[in-house]
Amino acid sequence: MNTAVLRTEFRLLRREPATIFWIFLFPSLLLAILGSIPSFRHADASMGGLRPVDVYVPIAVLIALIMSGAQGLPQVLTGYRERGILRRMSVTPVRPSALLAAQMAVQGVAALASAVLALVVGRAAFGVTLPRQPAGYLLALLLAAASALALGSVVSALSRTTKVAGAIGSMVLFPMMFSAGVWIPVRSMPHALARVVQLTPFGAAARALDQAASGDWPAWGHLGVLAAWTVLLTGAAVRWFRWE
Amino acid sequence: MPSVIEVTDLRKSYGGRAVVDGVSFTVEEGEIFGILGPNGAGKTTTVECVEGLRVPDGGRVRVLGHDPVADHAEVARVLGAQLQQSELQAKLTVREALELYSAFYPRPADWRPLAERLGLTGKLSTRFGKLSGGQQQRLFIALALVGGPRAVVLDELTTGLDPRARRDTWQLIEEVRASGVTVLLVTHFMEEAQRLCDRIAVIDRGRIAALDTPSGLIRRSAGATVISFSPSAPLDERELAALPALASVERKGERITLSGTDETVDAVITLLARHHITARQLRVVDATLDDAFLDLTAGPAEEEAA
Repeated sequence: MNTAVLRTEFRLLRREPATIFWIFLFPSLLLAILGSIPSFRHADASMGGLRPVDVYVPIAVLIALIMSGAQGLPQVLTGYRERGILRRMSVTPVRPSALLAAQMAVQGVAALASAVLALVVGRAAFGVTLPRQPAGYLLALLLAAASALALGSVVSALSRTTKVAGAIGSMVLFPMMFSAGVWIPVRSMPHALARVVQLTPFGAAARALDQAASGDWPAWGHLGVLAAWTVLLTGAAVRWFRWE
Repeated sequence: MPSVIEVTDLRKSYGGRAVVDGVSFTVEEGEIFGILGPNGAGKTTTVECVEGLRVPDGGRVRVLGHDPVADHAEVARVLGAQLQQSELQAKLTVREALELYSAFYPRPADWRPLAERLGLTGKLSTRFGKLSGGQQQRLFIALALVGGPRAVVLDELTTGLDPRARRDTWQLIEEVRASGVTVLLVTHFMEEAQRLCDRIAVIDRGRIAALDTPSGLIRRSAGATVISFSPSAPLDERELAALPALASVERKGERITLSGTDETVDAVITLLARHHITARQLRVVDATLDDAFLDLTAGPAEEEAA
């Protein structure tokens, strides 16, 4: 990892207000809006006695990952390739892979910061307890972030232009949001549906985060699904990514 | 002293079509070496193999003794490059770009005098996306030089520049060479090649059609010298046709236009003197690199037919 490139990419991210909004502010804003609905603050038996706002904190965290890894990253990477920025860097002693690595680090850190913000907003505004199994929560979060970045890299690998990347990005956005539980939390889904959704990266991540939030170590099955997706998607991205 | 760039029997094909088909040349230290050719002749592919951007199918490329593919980092340190089509991040400022690219090299040049010389000092806080085409081009020249390279590859450097900016850029390239940097210049502007290059390789359809100094290339073209005049008395057709090294004769009214070599010029003067004929409005014009270029390269229409 080249630190000059990393610093530059951080600086450039700060100049993108739209990206900052969607990755960093939108998940917590959504949480604040949902939390301000009175019914979201009443304990619900169908959610194991938790309040909907409690359940929506991990979902907000996952939205941050979707916005950065699966939406932001492919746009940036495809644009860098399309406009010859990667080509220019490949005739310097620093390889263009440094730019990809820096982008992933920047997007990943922005998403994790957004996750922390969602936890803080949940705690401060609505009294949502912080994850009771922090190590398990962190592990699930890092694995979910890795799979989101890998997914974004695959989208970028398959897209020749930023337009295509945008189209693929919006096509996969809704399934990802759904599997993360934005409309129905995964824990409240009908059993058959939940079983399928838990095999997707964000479905598995949603369950793993739920478990760690309530104090259990996340099931190895869910972590395994996340790890498997990460390996599979990374392999596909490496296989198909074109530098120009 | 070994050559700065050595290309031997370079070959590269795309989809079965040979784009570069056995190109060989060497660029010596301190030289401005031009690669000239029509569009699609394989100029850019050739220099991209020198830069290590493409892997040759055959042949050998060495930059100061290093293989651009196998020893990429070593070649990238000593060879600066300005690419034909590339951009920077739109929101990166000129200063940040210069600082970033300086950080890539072990012994970078100081970017401030470089920016000064390229007229970028007033634009240091401007973002790349807000620069004009000419300013972007000047920034890319600065980035090609910021690593303190021993050689630079400049690909279609002045395309898209206005005539004034183009002349300024030529001046700059001469300064770059004067500072000891070897220059490999890809161009399709004859005037640029004629003015700047010590030697020129004319590439046509993936092969080197000629490699010589600009004046050497001009001398090679069939009608290198054009003589035109209006004779004070009629001249015998047969005597004209018998002139040595004559390439063409043309009559338009009174006016006669001949093309040939210096030898033809001497013979015409002798012929006129012998017959006591005065040549009114006598013009003797050297062919330009344009003429030489057109002689050396086939038109695109023929390629279609082949």
